[in-house]
Amino acid sequence: MPEPVAFLSHPAFRAAAAAFVPELAVASPETWRLLIATVDVAVADRAARLRRQLGGFLRLLDLAARVRFAKPLHRLDLDIRIAFLRSFERAPVALLRRGVWGLRTLVFLGYYTQPTVIASLGYRASAAGWSR
Amino acid sequence: MKSRYDVVIVGSGAGGGTVAARLAPLVAQGKSVLVLERGPRFEDHEFTGREIEMAGALYADGGGFLTADGAMTLAFARGYGGTTIVYTGTSLVAPERVIAAWNVPGLDHADLAARSRRYLGENNVAPLPPELLNDNNRLFVEGAQAAGFHAEQFPLNLKGCRGSSLCNLGCPNAAKQGTNRVQLPNAERQGVTVISRAEVLGIGERRLSVRVHPRPAGGKGLESEWPPGDWSIDADMIVLAAGAIGTPTLLLRSAPAGLPSRVGEGFTAHPALILVAEHPREISNDVGHPKSFYLDRGAEEGYVLETCMYFPFVTAKNLTGFGPEHSVLMRAFPRLQMILVLACDQAVAGNRITVTAEGEPVVHYRFTPAVIESLARATRTSARIFFGAGAVRVHAPLANPPLIEARDRGRLDELIHRRHFAAGTVSISSAHLMGGCGMGRSAANSVTDGWGRVHGVPWLRVADASLFPNALEINPYVTIMALADRVSDGILGDLTAGQ
Repeated sequence: MPEPVAFLSHPAFRAAAAAFVPELAVASPETWRLLIATVDVAVADRAARLRRQLGGFLRLLDLAARVRFAKPLHRLDLDIRIAFLRSFERAPVALLRRGVWGLRTLVFLGYYTQPTVIASLGYRASAAGWSR
Repeated sequence: MKSRYDVVIVGSGAGGGTVAARLAPLVAQGKSVLVLERGPRFEDHEFTGREIEMAGALYADGGGFLTADGAMTLAFARGYGGTTIVYTGTSLVAPERVIAAWNVPGLDHADLAARSRRYLGENNVAPLPPELLNDNNRLFVEGAQAAGFHAEQFPLNLKGCRGSSLCNLGCPNAAKQGTNRVQLPNAERQGVTVISRAEVLGIGERRLSVRVHPRPAGGKGLESEWPPGDWSIDADMIVLAAGAIGTPTLLLRSAPAGLPSRVGEGFTAHPALILVAEHPREISNDVGHPKSFYLDRGAEEGYVLETCMYFPFVTAKNLTGFGPEHSVLMRAFPRLQMILVLACDQAVAGNRITVTAEGEPVVHYRFTPAVIESLARATRTSARIFFGAGAVRVHAPLANPPLIEARDRGRLDELIHRRHFAAGTVSISSAHLMGGCGMGRSAANSVTDGWGRVHGVPWLRVADASLFPNALEINPYVTIMALADRVSDGILGDLTAGQ
């Protein structure tokens, strides 16, 4: 099996993902595997420029965490990590806001499309419709 | 396999499918008509309703096609039937005031309405019976009434709807009467050739360069009817119906001699917000047709509200923020009511389609202050409807913080305001892509005339939503079909005159 897109292996990706979706902090290896695989396919289909931007943004987040807290993103407590990411989400610079938006969208894609996850939400839509 | 056709139609959605069916009788008279569709033909059993699988198979960029600044997601489908595979089948006739404001010479509302009504009949359009309406829709009606509005019921083009709620992922029960179910099969029965997986790379004078793609390993859809490879096809007439992104892109990429300079301009999109409210009890929301009612405030306040129900990922994406609050709202899924807000935007300078050096589309779109104000007004009205229907809290992306509790329902004007709009934090999407080859009097102010003829290029027609010189302010597919019907009349007239 080929290696996933490089930035998905960066510890900052998992750290950001678990801040976006708190359930990921205690998720099974299978949930993580599916998440990474889904995001990998999604970004592999996109322009190389987009992949570079996402990877660059993740490194920027990690660097900013090191500068501000003297720790990489994945070493921050969850509450601090969430607050830190929210500061980027509300940044006056549109590029930073969009970076958080793009990253969280990918994490949601990888998480909220998993069959066990959507079943746990109580999502019921099916071809059977009213007759189920 | 032929390499010359009398008419070649590019695209098989509401526009292309309509033209194919209208020109089909020509085949019995010895003419040849070819439809080239970029996407595949899907088999009925392939519509599984699974969000990631279907979005990837049906939508460009899996439904994540972004504007140049990344601030809006554009949804458009590729496949036999185009975007009619994935719409909800809402079938409205264009408002008279909008067509009058378009001011296209020769195009009058009465003609467009008459043609629209023909397609309402052909597509089996009717309102859903009351017993098939779910709570999500009923609460919208009740909430609107409580807020002092009257919601109207959508006419829908359904036959045997089972209420899967999966319209936007392709109906798994073949109930929705898109061009893939009605016009294209009708055209093929009469001898029109439809080739799937056929990407038009470029057009020249009465000639198309086409690449037929193989079925990717593990992908959905049938193999193309033609062998994979590059083909050159001659055509007396070319009809572009590749949609409001596809058609301008193809023209800009090809730049045939005489092409008007305004190609790509006048792009509008009905920018949309998905609003969510939580009720204290479970409601039927993800069973039943998702979009049965609407509130048209286009003329008065510049927006339209529609019922809607989306899938978990789309819902998650459209809620602002992340973390515990976001997760709590997602866990309330069976108690969620949803409203789709559409802003009635206007064509403005700079909102346009261009192409990269490689010929790929770039959609430039700036949210004007008027659009942002429309979204804010629409969100306030939606919040009143939600609370009027009994919701305990409302998620309003144009509020900070975005969650508004019922106890604060008296402060909506203060809490929901355009000052809270920041591109990149609010998820805005569009499925109503319009303009880029607008109709008008001459090449000085438009690309096509009122019959879809490209100014100065006699062998080239346009028959899709790119014809709209400005936003339609309602769901567009019936108007696309009505305009394509007019374009077909023009083609039939010209072909007859040329005999």
